[in-house]
Amino acid sequence: MEKLIRFTLNGKKTEISVDPSLTLMWVLRDQFGLTGTKYGCGIGVCGACTILLDNDAVRSCTYRVDDVMDRNVVTIEGLSSNGELHPVQKAFMEKDALQCGYCTPGMIMNAAGLLIANPEPTRQQIIHAMEDNLCRCGAHIRIIEAIQQAGKEMKKMSQP
Amino acid sequence: MKTQRSRFDLKRRDFFTLLGGGIVVYLSSGNPSELLALPLIQERDIPKDYNAFLTIYEDGTVICHVGKIEMGQGPITSLPQQVADELDVSIESIKMVMGDTETCSYDPGTWGSMTTRSYSNFLRAACAEARAVLIQLAGEHLKISPENLKVKNGMVFDASNPEKKVDYGWLTKGQRIERSMDEKPEVKDHTQFKYVGQSRLHADARIKVSGEAQYTADIPMPGRVYAKILRPPSHQVELLSVDYSETEKMEGVEVVRDGDLIAVLHELPDVAERALSTIKAEYTSDEKEVDDKTIFDYLLNAPAETEEREKAGDLGEGEEQADFIIESEFYDGYKAHAPIEPHTAMAKWEGEKVTIWASVQSPFLMAQDALARELGLELENVRVIAPFLGGGFGGKIYNPQVPEVAKIARLAKKPVLLAYTREEEFFMDYFRTAAVIQIRSGITKKGMITMWDYQHYFVESRGSDTIYNVPNKLTTGYSEKRGSPIHPFSTGAWRAPGNNTNTFARESHIDMMAAKVGVDPVEFRLRNLTDEKMIAVIEALKEKFGYSYMKGPSGRGIGIACGTDAGTWVAVMIEVKVDTETGEVQPIRAVVSQDMGMCVNPQGATLQVEGCVTMGMGYALSEDVEFKGGDVLTSNFDTYQLPLFSQVPEVIDTVILDRQDQPPQGGGEPAIICMGGAIANAIYDACGARVYQMPMTPERVLAGIKKASG
Repeated sequence: MEKLIRFTLNGKKTEISVDPSLTLMWVLRDQFGLTGTKYGCGIGVCGACTILLDNDAVRSCTYRVDDVMDRNVVTIEGLSSNGELHPVQKAFMEKDALQCGYCTPGMIMNAAGLLIANPEPTRQQIIHAMEDNLCRCGAHIRIIEAIQQAGKEMKKMSQP
Repeated sequence: MKTQRSRFDLKRRDFFTLLGGGIVVYLSSGNPSELLALPLIQERDIPKDYNAFLTIYEDGTVICHVGKIEMGQGPITSLPQQVADELDVSIESIKMVMGDTETCSYDPGTWGSMTTRSYSNFLRAACAEARAVLIQLAGEHLKISPENLKVKNGMVFDASNPEKKVDYGWLTKGQRIERSMDEKPEVKDHTQFKYVGQSRLHADARIKVSGEAQYTADIPMPGRVYAKILRPPSHQVELLSVDYSETEKMEGVEVVRDGDLIAVLHELPDVAERALSTIKAEYTSDEKEVDDKTIFDYLLNAPAETEEREKAGDLGEGEEQADFIIESEFYDGYKAHAPIEPHTAMAKWEGEKVTIWASVQSPFLMAQDALARELGLELENVRVIAPFLGGGFGGKIYNPQVPEVAKIARLAKKPVLLAYTREEEFFMDYFRTAAVIQIRSGITKKGMITMWDYQHYFVESRGSDTIYNVPNKLTTGYSEKRGSPIHPFSTGAWRAPGNNTNTFARESHIDMMAAKVGVDPVEFRLRNLTDEKMIAVIEALKEKFGYSYMKGPSGRGIGIACGTDAGTWVAVMIEVKVDTETGEVQPIRAVVSQDMGMCVNPQGATLQVEGCVTMGMGYALSEDVEFKGGDVLTSNFDTYQLPLFSQVPEVIDTVILDRQDQPPQGGGEPAIICMGGAIANAIYDACGARVYQMPMTPERVLAGIKKASG
């Protein structure tokens, strides 16, 4: 039983007719080709599939596709604008805050969500927000530094 | 088990057809067994011809084709540094093609910290030869003797008249050049490098932060379906009966079967997963009565092959010379590799030929060769391409997903993607082995080691040698007897195989001796070491950390461990806080010092060190596989606890000793070997509790505290 799901995806209004119970993560990957969103655990504990849903960082493997009806979804592909990387993406590059890169999109989306909710997080708040995002290569300390740097950069940008 | 070797005759691949024009330089792979840290499941003949690895195009672009893969450890950044220096081209002109069996030079696998210390030597030599050939060609064109020519950024010019010049791209224009030098040119001296030794950020970072980087499951493929495989509940059971009649009635669902391999196919993974759950299967029961609690007694009583090594002096004499005898027994549980990207493969058949995209550390040996052998295919009919890997750590050397997906796709007659779920990944992983280590040693009141009797059960021998100067010693290894498997599931290489467990035991025991004679543990080590490299590494560590001598337990919570791995000498010092109420251990600061010979990319090496420290905290403090017989109870990250942001030390400092004039050694593994020992010793130094078992969970730390105070 298919259902027409209307939502905003990476800034564009879109609609898709699918089984509404399908997992959001797979729909993003398979139906929209947005493969930056990664599968890691399937139960919402690793964070590799993190996206922004109405500006909140959420685990797309724990959402059904009809949960996003009339809502706003941003994936890693939609974070940059006009080819310009988001400050969090830039900071991850500058701090070399990745190795294999597989957890990286989820880390970046979670960090982007944090900085929307709290533009000036302390180190402790960053750790708290990132706690459930897993990285096996061990880039943690650089990821924390990258988020601190991105926060400062975004503050500068928002000032007139 | 068959031990017959398969012998493949490789047809000479026509690289010019595959790659277009340009110069092709051949790289001798040598005998792959020399590069292997693992027993060969099969062996290719040494190629009678050579494999191409380098093409230079008219616009000056240099394409470097290497059989190595990129799983996060940085060859995509460090190999071009070396190519650019040996060829005298700009690093920006180099593009890497990696892990494709059809277009890259043969390589057995990316493992054992071999890329820099072994493979780079071939690569640099070949580049030096390519440069010499190009200069020779330029000399012929310019009518100038090669010794009067110089090269800069791919431009060959007359040293006395720089206006007389020709670039590499022009020289290779439309030509098929196959020439080798009779006299092999030498590679450059470290003083001549422009890129090697300079820090560079990840070359692949831009596409990894944007989400564009493609891992196996991300490769687009029209008409592709997902496969979900029926797995048994345990490794110790056999399939008795199966009924998938209801499954086949589901709309759009297809079931394929090849013996016990039963897979459900659908274009949507959700539907394939649901369909899989409708299969009814019965199995024999699991008779193996061993679990994660009883495993250590089980291992100590298991039949084993015995091997004696490192025999020197006489243990009896060493015992007589000793004032104290110290005995200990250490335990380490099974550990999962747990890369965030599970094992994945996609297969597409075209007639007799199959192309496989797969997250494998060994596209040639353990994927292409292994598959050709298993399915009886000609090698040229199997192409394996390893895109970016989402971590490996030794866990993607064996690739069960490759033959599985090839068989399923052949039956299905369409492209198939097999992406393991996390539950499958834990079930199908070959774990780092559980092990027991017994040590008996003698020391004098002055703190000199007189005797060392080291026995390791079911852990690899890597790292089991005594690094200290001991006159009377013996190392005895007990390992699985051929044909009688001990473990209830597969075990295998896990980042620095064997060395993590061995270094944990040795370095814990060294601290126990230091404590017995009331000597600071760092001073005790220096007193018993004669290895100058180790001494220099520890001195540098002390200095960076700002360490002062105090006998343990000092209450400071500082621990040290040192060792050697992959040709590198390494020492780690870590400071921890121990909550004596809960047993929780919080690392505060870590310093790592290493002598890795020539360092190609200090930034990349530093990242590997930081990764080793962070990943190593997991096996030391929290990672443990729970099981009952062949039933792996640990199935996801909710119970298998990787290091979390809150657990990582705020500072990890890395000291890389300046050894640019020495041959390069390994960097991907060494620092991780010290993490168990350094943390165990830091816990002891903090609160006097000696923990003998990894992971050092809060319960085990509390038990140690109780024992120390009672």
